Amino acid sequence: MTTMSAPVSDRTAPLLSLRGVNKSFGAVDVLRSVDLDVRPGKVTALVGDNGAGKSTLIKGIAGIHTFDAGGYTFDGNPVTVHSPKDSNALGISVVYQDLALCDNLDVVQNMYLGRELRKARLLDEDAMEARAKETLSGLSVRTLKSVRQQVASLSGGQRQTVAIARAVLWNSRLVILDEPTAALGVAQTEQVLLLVRRLADRGLAVILISHNLTDVFAVADEIGVLYLGQMVAQFDAKSVTSNQVVELITGGRSGDLGLKRPEDTASAPATGTDAGVQS
Amino acid sequence: MSTVTEPQAADPQSGFSTTPGARSLRDAARAYGQKVRGGDVGALPAVAGLIALVIVFAALRPATFTTAFNVANLINQSAAVIVIAMGLVFVLLLGEIDLSAGFAGGTAAAVMGIFMTNRGLAWPLALALCLLTGVVIGTCIGLLVSYLGIPSFVVTLAAFLGLQGLLLVLIGEGGTIAYRNETVLSIMNNNLPVWLGWTIYVVGLVFYALMTFRRSVSRRKAGLTGDVLSVWAFKTAAMAVILGLATYYLSLERSKNPDVTSLKGVPIVVVVLLGLLIVLTFALTRTSWGRHVYAVGGNAEAARRAGINVAGVRMAGFVICSTLAAIAGVLLASRDNSVSPTTGGSSTLLYAVGAAVIGGTSLFGGKGRIVDAIIGGLVVAVIDNGMSLLNQSSGRVYMVTGLVLLIAASVDALSRRRAAATGRA
Repeated sequence: MTTMSAPVSDRTAPLLSLRGVNKSFGAVDVLRSVDLDVRPGKVTALVGDNGAGKSTLIKGIAGIHTFDAGGYTFDGNPVTVHSPKDSNALGISVVYQDLALCDNLDVVQNMYLGRELRKARLLDEDAMEARAKETLSGLSVRTLKSVRQQVASLSGGQRQTVAIARAVLWNSRLVILDEPTAALGVAQTEQVLLLVRRLADRGLAVILISHNLTDVFAVADEIGVLYLGQMVAQFDAKSVTSNQVVELITGGRSGDLGLKRPEDTASAPATGTDAGVQS
Repeated sequence: MSTVTEPQAADPQSGFSTTPGARSLRDAARAYGQKVRGGDVGALPAVAGLIALVIVFAALRPATFTTAFNVANLINQSAAVIVIAMGLVFVLLLGEIDLSAGFAGGTAAAVMGIFMTNRGLAWPLALALCLLTGVVIGTCIGLLVSYLGIPSFVVTLAAFLGLQGLLLVLIGEGGTIAYRNETVLSIMNNNLPVWLGWTIYVVGLVFYALMTFRRSVSRRKAGLTGDVLSVWAFKTAAMAVILGLATYYLSLERSKNPDVTSLKGVPIVVVVLLGLLIVLTFALTRTSWGRHVYAVGGNAEAARRAGINVAGVRMAGFVICSTLAAIAGVLLASRDNSVSPTTGGSSTLLYAVGAAVIGGTSLFGGKGRIVDAIIGGLVVAVIDNGMSLLNQSSGRVYMVTGLVLLIAASVDALSRRRAAATGRA
């Protein structure tokens, strides 16, 4: 099965590399032989229609689900990731769509939640506040009035910023962002995308999941398209047009890109159990 | 922003301001005013209500309500409810409820009575067994709620009924268990010598002043905004005046016949209350466990994803609540000189829930402080005490208490709305 049709120009060693990953829930094959490369310093966008397997893929990477089969290589070494703890230990953090922040705590408290700094067994508020400020200014975050604001008082974009900054604070090497701009206005989307770009510029590997192709083209270096559980193509974002990506998302192919043998994909049933590439 | 040195001063103008510190008294007052207008009222309504109630009752019954005797009496009346409310703050912070705390206290007090009076055990050992009873009750409730996933309302309702029965079985139908140990009885019936009251006042004040001063200095050293000297001095002076007045008032002679028996000094139970206030506040605000309690109450899923042992935190909340209830049970028994089948029963638990909520603890979890229990407990006690001095029937006392609770809940709801409108939520 060869679905990687358009080669990616950049050949720096990938930080995360998945090969032939499978995952099924009962009789339903959600992921079928998926390959994915994520490079440090690059934003890799993961696009696909609802039910294409994006969430399952990142949950597998994060260790929430375990892949049934396939290779999982991180930083050149084959690893096994069975729980969120394993992926955290590797330096992978996921910023979920339904932001995992506590409304009743302030920005600093949220950023250090579960990993509070302590001095003589007591909370070291000063060190946490100073380092949280340092991290936020390092990311050129200018929109927060105070790091001691309750998160409940923040706008959607600010909350997203805090959630992302939290990943940076914990020295993550790979940050996975699940629909970070889904609920945001224009200006806030702009800010969050800038922040995503800055993460990559700091040398982190970033996986961005998004439905919004404008956002994807604004920030992504590479794009991977999932169609009915298969990675139909991963390519340089500059090498394709928005229309081609739309075709790949909806039909699994676009010209030379994507799945072979158009007759088969045209007859693919909507259940996603058989997209007709095996033949 | 001259006192702040930004660690990465790319643009000093954009540095974050920090709320815990203020640069001048006026600054601090303005920041507080902003907070209140923004809907973050804290204990302000309860404190205002308490002052209003005291003024009303003092005006209506100047001869009895404001006497030193009555004030000391009022503290004794409210102590047990306050301690139960302190425990409930932990459970309410987690977004749970414990309806069994009253009878958990009664049962634990009965255990203590049985071992101390009937078996002749030394009181510290009996007290240890009493606290252990609280821990066991809390553990059972905690296990059922956090590991089996039964709603705490149901579990503690069952425990309320069960413990009421257990208390009756332990004591025997219609009987009581007497408390005869002088040390235990003195908690609710005796006072500290006047000199000791003042010594504790001075030591406590110096300790408070030093701690807050050190905190302000270390914050500024870390490049953050700490309270400036004037704000620190104001806070310390306010503390000195309020606590000083209270100590002075409680040190007055309040016996009707001073020649026969002298009655003056800070009631011993006040030391117990202050001790619990300091220790529990410290646990909630300065340890990571306390931080996790707030996190679980605010967003249990976020806490879980942050790697917090949510079930463990819940469990600990119930254990603390029942253990504090056991302490409250001892206070009740010490006040009545005995444990009866109604110890911790009737309105004790509901008053305690009311006290926590009136003080500003939210029933929705994630919001509340230990001091809320004290302020709210005093409000409830002042209503109870003041209205009986006005010769009102207990029926009317209940109605007014209910009304006050309703007002407190409305203030909470309105401030929440206000907060949502001003973007503080």
